[in-house]
Amino acid sequence: MPQKVIAGQIVEVDAEGYLSRPEQWNRALAEALAGVLNLQLTDAHWKVIEFLQRDYRERGAVPGMRRLNKVGGFATKDLYALFPDGPIKKAALIAGLPKPASCV
Amino acid sequence: MKNLLILGAGTAGTIMAHKLRHRLPAGSWRVRVVDEAAEHFYQPGFLFLPFGLYTERDVVRPKRRLLPRGVEFVQAAVDRIEPERHRVRLADGVELPYDVLIIATGTTPVPGQVEGMVDGDWRRRVHEFYTYEGAQALREALRDWRGGRLVVHVSEMPIKCPVAPLEFAFLADWWLTERGLRDRTELVYVTPLPGAFTKPIASQVLSGLLERKRIGVIPDFAVARVDNDRHALVSWDERQVPYDLLVTVPPNLGAEMIERSGLGDEMNYVPTDRHTLQARGHENIFVIGDATDVPTSKAGSVAHFEAEVLTENVLAQVRGQPPPARFDGHANCFIESGFGKGFLLDFNYRLEPVPGRFPFPRLGPLALLGESRLNHWGKLAFKWIYWHWLLRGRPIPFVDHQMSLAGKQIPEGALKAGAFG
Repeated sequence: MPQKVIAGQIVEVDAEGYLSRPEQWNRALAEALAGVLNLQLTDAHWKVIEFLQRDYRERGAVPGMRRLNKVGGFATKDLYALFPDGPIKKAALIAGLPKPASCV
Repeated sequence: MKNLLILGAGTAGTIMAHKLRHRLPAGSWRVRVVDEAAEHFYQPGFLFLPFGLYTERDVVRPKRRLLPRGVEFVQAAVDRIEPERHRVRLADGVELPYDVLIIATGTTPVPGQVEGMVDGDWRRRVHEFYTYEGAQALREALRDWRGGRLVVHVSEMPIKCPVAPLEFAFLADWWLTERGLRDRTELVYVTPLPGAFTKPIASQVLSGLLERKRIGVIPDFAVARVDNDRHALVSWDERQVPYDLLVTVPPNLGAEMIERSGLGDEMNYVPTDRHTLQARGHENIFVIGDATDVPTSKAGSVAHFEAEVLTENVLAQVRGQPPPARFDGHANCFIESGFGKGFLLDFNYRLEPVPGRFPFPRLGPLALLGESRLNHWGKLAFKWIYWHWLLRGRPIPFVDHQMSLAGKQIPEGALKAGAFG
């Protein structure tokens, strides 16, 4: 597993920069991961990140857009404004979760 | 007399009827299966219908004939489940009591969930192959195809049989080549996910496959609407993908009856314990197949493996014991890749698809995550196995419900520990 120093911390990441060990995640790391994506985290970003983490703990999968809309209460437009070009994959990366995926 | 009630006579419900009828004493247990539809479809065959490789005879059988003796088939729509009263109310008002309930009501494509999807272009330029009617209509559309832009599209996840749209693109590439239309057709694959292949090992092993087949990929596309005037998909971030023929996978939702019963999540899937397959919060309700929310593929192989676990857990429940068996998320899927070849995937909650041999280490004869002719023949042979073996609840020789690690090449760190295993 490749290692990387992010926010002064040695973490394990996969080829695309997603954390391999979710237990290494913390808020400072999230800020740094967001910085790499040219994002400055606001309260609105944090609400999305925390929802993803909570939902992943409960269900074992990164939620899709419909679940973010209906259960999380986030509108798709707003998610694109917060995390341009792919809100779920970017928010998942910052949240220390795996990339949203299919079976293969 | 006690009552076992199974809702749904698809793959999962039919298998459970066979397994439990054999194991529950006929003198003390009545087994009933409720389903609105009279016909059972071999759904993997829908992929082959549009290309004329299969016909009606391959994919349709009467449901009643597929159920074992001693099981009553109730052809009726379900109004709702009343968990507090341990009974199911049918649309015609009849009430069916249960001691144990198995929900096997599957998932259904709902194209009306995308704005514009069922407007003017529907079944003309916009098609799907997840229903019998849809696959037949698409066959007609392909018959008239003379070239242009063919777009294969996934609306949102999760969908039933997640690899089917990729298989459709591969088969279209082959079929167009055979017909001399490939050079006149631009093939595009549009997905809401970050790529056509999303798992790290598969992405690495299969990288270049789509380029070699000249299939363009448009990732991260969250569809907002279908513009019927411009014949284009439009995303929430206002990107447009024009089509001459659109083959879409509409959003998939669980049964509406689940919502009416107050038992579903936002997609009408039933929150289910991923190991015991018990509905959360309801001891005598079990869920199997596409109707659950467990984090594995919605596929017939999953229902088949779950059935082994569910049989043991239902029998324990009947004896008043806690559920002893644990489902590991095992799925096993053939992927048609065109030109008489195919891939095979074998994976579970803890391990993504990896290369290797299956079912026997070294000997195979099937190749995991590798392209081979034998994998293609395996997929074709599976139709016979499905109708004559799998639906009757018989185990597949040498393939256990628990995924085997033997024969798999597992990179360091790929096998996930603990939490969901």
